[in-house]
This record gives sequence, structure tokens and C-alpha cells, in this order.
Amino acid sequence: MTTTVETPPPVTPEASRRARRRASGSLGRYIFVRFLLIFPTVFILVTMVFVFMRLIGDPITAALGGRLGADELAERRHEAGYDRPLIVQYFEYIGQVFTGNFGTTLTDNQPVVDVLLRYGTATLELAIYALLVAFIVGIPLGMLAAAIRDRWGDAVLRVFAILCYATPVFFAGLVLKLIFSVWLGWLPVSGRAGVRTELSLGRQDGATGIYLIDAIRSGNPAYISDVLQHAVLPGITLGLLTAGIFLRLVRTNVIGTLSMPYVDAARSRGVREYRLVRRHAYKPALIPIVTVIGLQIALLLGGAVLTETTFEWQGLGFQLTHYLSARDFVAVQGIVALLAVIVALSNFVVDIIAALIDPRVRY
Amino acid sequence: MARPRRASLLARLPIVHQLRQSVGLQRGMLVAGLVITGVFLLTAALAPLIAPYGFAQLRDENGLFGAQQPPSAGHLLGTTVGGYDVLSRVIWGTQTAFLVIVVAVILSIFIGVFLGLISGYIGGWIDRVLVVVADAVFAFPTLLLAIVAAIVISGGQSSLWGGVAAAAVSITVVFIPQYFRVIRAETVRVKSEAFVESARVIGARAPRIMFRHVLRNSTRTLPLIFTLNASEAILTLAALGFLGFGIQPTSAAEWGYDLNKAIADVTSGIWWTPVFPGLAIVLVVLGITLIGESLNDLADPRLRARRRLAATPADAVAESAPASRDAMGEVL
Repeated sequence: MTTTVETPPPVTPEASRRARRRASGSLGRYIFVRFLLIFPTVFILVTMVFVFMRLIGDPITAALGGRLGADELAERRHEAGYDRPLIVQYFEYIGQVFTGNFGTTLTDNQPVVDVLLRYGTATLELAIYALLVAFIVGIPLGMLAAAIRDRWGDAVLRVFAILCYATPVFFAGLVLKLIFSVWLGWLPVSGRAGVRTELSLGRQDGATGIYLIDAIRSGNPAYISDVLQHAVLPGITLGLLTAGIFLRLVRTNVIGTLSMPYVDAARSRGVREYRLVRRHAYKPALIPIVTVIGLQIALLLGGAVLTETTFEWQGLGFQLTHYLSARDFVAVQGIVALLAVIVALSNFVVDIIAALIDPRVRY
Repeated sequence: MARPRRASLLARLPIVHQLRQSVGLQRGMLVAGLVITGVFLLTAALAPLIAPYGFAQLRDENGLFGAQQPPSAGHLLGTTVGGYDVLSRVIWGTQTAFLVIVVAVILSIFIGVFLGLISGYIGGWIDRVLVVVADAVFAFPTLLLAIVAAIVISGGQSSLWGGVAAAAVSITVVFIPQYFRVIRAETVRVKSEAFVESARVIGARAPRIMFRHVLRNSTRTLPLIFTLNASEAILTLAALGFLGFGIQPTSAAEWGYDLNKAIADVTSGIWWTPVFPGLAIVLVVLGITLIGESLNDLADPRLRARRRLAATPADAVAESAPASRDAMGEVL
């Protein structure tokens, strides 16, 4: 039996250096292109929101329609400039957005950016708890499911993952609240902290607005435990939603890598199954998770709106529903546009991280 | 010469084909999904017959139902804070959910497939613009877009059809990019195939090539996205209702609305108002997702690989079938 073995071309130092330069050049280009893509993304979303919101008429009539007379209404509209041609208003709005001015709320007359700064930290804190829960629950269980695939334990885990996805966050929240807060009385029903804790944390110098950090800095164990107790249920509620997705993803990817030739090679050398999953199949399977987190940010923000409403967690989502029910569409438009910027920016960051980890995703 | 034998028409239908192809655990999940979805569809069809009361009924010959009554013989699942019968509203809710799925998914399939086909086939700047727009919409929180769309369409509250249309259209806005992406990717792949070129050579015009040759070969992933979107449509509808942008209780029964009204009930320990509409959502989404998940597994060669590696098909069946089917029985 004859086989021809192709000898690889000798690698000269010059060639390898050239290859490396090419690779890093493409990474730079990738980051640049991705950065430029932020602008059309934000622009399209802001335009869409603007067009949608204006289809129903001007915000002043929507917010104050029943309460003011026709004359006064017209006067207020004129003052705010809502009687000018739509296209003029549109360009003005785009100009404002690109200078960081997202408007002033109609009902309580606050700059939208201030609303974001005040309540954004609460949403950020909730999102961090949720991601923690998602990682802690989703990744190990996904590996486990892949390791015992097609057996009953796998079936249980997969149904668990589907249930996580199939249960609306607000329903999960209500059930958890019913069981642990009302029936068992272990955890507080709603809010981010007790009234006393909230007051004293707010008074602290240089309060970050992330209560856990503020509580730890205050050094008062009562505050820390109060904040943590309030965080448990919302964190789990929002975290489980993402945990199910992580579980499925890790399972699929680990199964994919477990059927790779190098894993077979390791198995034939006598590497134990546990070690195979733990050391050989698991790392390459984690790369897609990073990319998926980018899309999770959008999902987390949507879920946060519902979780915050369920638990009266005073964050951006809670404020958004508040403004929605007050029919303050300037505030809604501003918050949604701002969230568009946040989503675009965080997707950019995640894409860069993914490109750093995995050269295949670069352009 | 005998033509190669093809399976009967029945066996080639989407779901039936996969059902025959599946084994063991996979078949268990698929069957469970089909059963749950079947029950859901039956309930929706027979709601007027099954439901003890109307969805907006507050009184019968014995007078008002009363608010927040615990489950009893007259009201098997109790009554809500607004004085409606919980069981009736859960049953009527299937109709609303079904209508929204149908309208939303049909709308988004038509628009998304059309745009994807045009974009993929024609290419050029239209393609580039559409891709950027679709990516922008795709990356944005679906719920927020749906809220904005719902405000525009219904101004917040509405009749049955107004509400269904609002929910469906707002969901459509979110789904179009998904169909668009998939169909576009497939179109780009298919249009470089030889048969497309031959069609062009014999003088077929672009619309004919697009709809006869390319489209028919680009739809293999549609059933999968369909199931994913159907379950997402229910969740979005419920979320809209939960935030107060859904359908008014007098126009139709909607689970999200009932859950919203149940937030306060939970604090006072009333469990029957949130639990039953919530369970209805979970079950329907679970059923549809189980179907989608099974279709996905059967379509993904990576997940099928191991079974093909088994010595003979019979071995594989013997290895996984009986035990896992028992397991599914325990789980579901």
C-alpha cells in the first residue's frame, strides 16, 4: 500500500510574520467595520421609533388630550414645536439624539438622560444577577446533559430548559413570589431594598446606585443581607430565562465537539469520559456562548421590563411601563432610543470579544 | 423503466415525515409536543362548547359571580378580581392566542419571505440596505418594538379584532427579519445552482425563476422557524397584555391581561387567578417548542450523528427507545 504524503511547504520566519500581520490587520478592519455599523443601527431604530410614535399624532395631545381645552392644547403644541412639518421635527430630533439629548419627559418634566442615569443602575444590577444565575445554572447543566445524552436525565434537563423558555418571566416571578414570599414568608415581596436601607444607602456619599456595592461599602451587614434578600427572586426569575438558552446551547455544542475526531483520539488513548467532557469538549463549546450573549442583552432588557414590573424593581423597565401607562410618549421614545444605543454598543463589544477569542468570525 | 419509488404523500408531509424518521427520546418529545398542541387547537375550536361561561360574563341567573371567589363547584377555578370566571377565560384565551399566532405568522412569512427572496436574488444596494435594517431590528429587544407598534396600532386598548391585529402586527414587525435572514441566506445559496442558470439560459424571467425555482428550494427551514415564532408570538402577546397593551377583557379573553390583574392577588395569597392562565401559556408554548426542538434535532446532522454510527438502525432503536420512552412518560 502506497500513500503519498504531501510535505507542507517550509515555513519561513518571513512567511509566518506576514501571515500574522495579515491576521491582525483583519482584526483591526473587523473592529473598524463593526464600529461603523453601530451608526446605521442606531439611526434606523431611532427613525423607526420616531415614525411609529408620530403616526398616532403628537405626544402632547396623547398625554394631556382629555385634560386641557382645545385652545390650550394648541398653544402647548405650538410651544413644543409639534405643529411644524414632520420632516423638520425629524431632523431636529436626529440632531438631538446624536448630541446625546433624548428629550424631556412630559409628565414630570425630567431629561430622559437623567431618568436613565437614575434608574439604569437598578436595571444593570438586575441584569448582572440574572447573568450570574444563568451561568451558574445553564453551563454546568448543559455539560451534564451532553455527557449523559439520550438518557432520562438528559430528557429531564432538556424539558427543564424548554420550560425555562416557555414560562413567561412574569408568570415565573408571580409563582416564585407566591411560594417564597407569601406562603413561606422567607423573602420580601417586592422592591430593591427595605425603606430604611434604601434611604440610608441613597444618602451615602458617592452612592453608585448599585445597591449591593453601596451596601458593602456601608459595612452594615443588615443592609447587605436586606439587599441580597430582595435580589434573590428577581435575579432567579430573569436568570432562569437565559439559563434555559445557555443550557440548550452548551448541550448542543458539547455534543458537537464530543463527536470530533480529536475527542475520539483521546477516548482511544483511554481518557475517562468525565475528563473528556470536562477538559476536551467543553472549552471549544463555550466560544459560541460569547456570541450568543450579545443577543441575550436584548432579551435581558426585554425580560427586565417584565421582571421589574412584577417585582416593582425601580429600574428603567419599571419607569418605562410607568410612562407608558401615563401615555408620556416623549419619555417612551427617549428611553427606547437610548436602549437602542445601549444594545448597539454592547453588541459591538461582544462581537469584538468573540473575534478576539475565535479568529473565524473576523471578516 | 420504473421510477424510483417515493414514499406516499402522507409520509412526505412535514410533521408526519419527521415522526417516522424519529426514534426513542426524540419521538417521545415530538409526540408529547403534538399532543399538547393538538389539545390546544381542539380547545380553541371548541371553546364555545367547553367553556362554562362567556369570557366577559359577570353574572348568571344566581346573580353576580363575585370577585376573587376561591375554586368551587360553580367556578371550578374560582373567579378573578374583576369577577370573571377563571376557567372560562383560560379556555376562551386559546382562541385569542390561536388567532394571533395565525395572523402574525402568516403576515411575517409573506413579507419576510418576499423581502428575503428579492434581497437575496437581486443583491446590490437593495440587499445591503435590507440586511442592515433587518439586523438592526433583529438586535433590538423584541418586546420594546412590540410595545411601540402596539401603541401605534391600537393606541393602547382595543376590540377583539383591533387587539388581535395590534398584537399580530407588532409581533410581525419583530419576526420579519428572522424569515428575511433565513430565506435570503438560502436564496443566495440556491441561486448559484446549475438549475437556476439553466432556467435563465432558456429565457425564464426573473420573477418566474425567483418564485418557481428558487423559492421552492429555499423553504426547508421554514417549519422550524414557524414553530419557534408561534411560541414567541404567544409569549409576546402575553407580555403585551401583562404590560397593559393587550386586548380589553370585554373584547376577548387574554392570558397576559389576567396575569397583570393577578399581581396584586399574589400578595394577598390568592393563587388561582395567576396560576391557571400562566399554566395555559406555559403548556401551549411548551407543546409548540417541543415540536420545534424535535424538528431541529432531526434536521441537525450533528445531533443525529451518534445514531447513525450505531451498528445497525435496529441496534440504535434498541439502545435508546424503550428506556427513554418510559422516561418521557415520567417527565411529562
